[in-house]
Amino acid sequence: MQSTPDEVLIGRIANGDRLAMQVLYARHHVRVFRFVVRLVRDEATAEDVISEVFLDVWRQAGRFEGRSMVSTWLLAIARFKAISALRRRRDEELDEEAAAAIEDLSDNPATALEKKDKSAMLRKCLAGLSAEHREIIDLVYYHEKSVEEVAEIVGIPENTVKTRMFYARKRLAELLKSEGIERGWP
Amino acid sequence: MNAINEEPEHQEIEALLPWHAAGTLSRRDANRVEQALAGDRELARQYDLVREELIETIHLNETLGPPSARAMEKLFAAIDAEEARAPRHRRWFDLGSRISEFLWSLTPRTLARSAMAAALAILVQAAVIASVVVKEQGSPSGPELASAPNEGSYVLLRFAPQATANDITNFLGAYKAKVVDGPLNMGSPLYRIRLSETKLPKEEVGKIVRQMQSESKIVDFIAAKE
Repeated sequence: MQSTPDEVLIGRIANGDRLAMQVLYARHHVRVFRFVVRLVRDEATAEDVISEVFLDVWRQAGRFEGRSMVSTWLLAIARFKAISALRRRRDEELDEEAAAAIEDLSDNPATALEKKDKSAMLRKCLAGLSAEHREIIDLVYYHEKSVEEVAEIVGIPENTVKTRMFYARKRLAELLKSEGIERGWP
Repeated sequence: MNAINEEPEHQEIEALLPWHAAGTLSRRDANRVEQALAGDRELARQYDLVREELIETIHLNETLGPPSARAMEKLFAAIDAEEARAPRHRRWFDLGSRISEFLWSLTPRTLARSAMAAALAILVQAAVIASVVVKEQGSPSGPELASAPNEGSYVLLRFAPQATANDITNFLGAYKAKVVDGPLNMGSPLYRIRLSETKLPKEEVGKIVRQMQSESKIVDFIAAKE
């Protein structure tokens, strides 16, 4: 069985088709939610953001020109909304939160065991990256976005995408090193 | 970017490794990276690190779970409110939408857009892999696929787009391997493959991974999964 392409659904949504909206939501909401929750680090805020994202799709479907994939368009809207939500929170709150995420690495009761588990430590350090670095790592590795697509979503030149990815990975290596895991790079 | 090799070409290839692992490079760039990896052990070691990061990023995201029903309820309540306030005018003549619908209605003929063809290819391959699993298990329900056990040794693997049902069946048979879970993502799907029901030594898993990796007509991406 063949599923309706996203672009066709967007055309139907532009004509006020609620069912098409439900299908598009069902198809993409989990991934968009995960992208947002990794940025804002709060599930309730992320749920509010994805409601706003899809409401924008309902309102602006007629303006979608099909120059990019629908998933790329959704992530670009989601990013904008997530950053607006983050700006509503105080900077200090964010700093404390980031610090807490790193402290968790050693505060966990199962730390001794986890240190032996490189995979678990890698995941914790991925969670401890800055929002900017988490975002690019997720877009490349999880959302499978090309250099061009990341540039479109984040709104930066393609060369900056590559450089930012490099520094995100470098920071990840530093976090791992501070936890006693030496990867030999960079 | 690398302290050992500062040549611009090397730096450029190095920067592309994350996209190569994710399978999102153009064919031309993917070939460039493949050639560089074949002749540069340090680059190949770095690629292993990239693949570790990719696997754990997928794992981390997959553990996040879905949003609650509240998000959808809020969305459709807002849509209802907007429609009640100002019903939208239907666009009776929208050329873009009509062309799009027309092209879609012609599928599966080759007039379909390339993205759609790619999506279809992935679905076909998923069906091929499902048929392989069903054939192996002799049951259409595929209980092993539904509940992958955690003991044993596993790899995450993405099959090459050109791999046929026979290729995949023979490949799995040759390694006595089984597909136990997947597709884990939708863009270019990864599958969890069980190499052995018992835990194999890390070195042995590494050896099997390297052997499987050399079968580039069948394997597009592979990494050991702890």
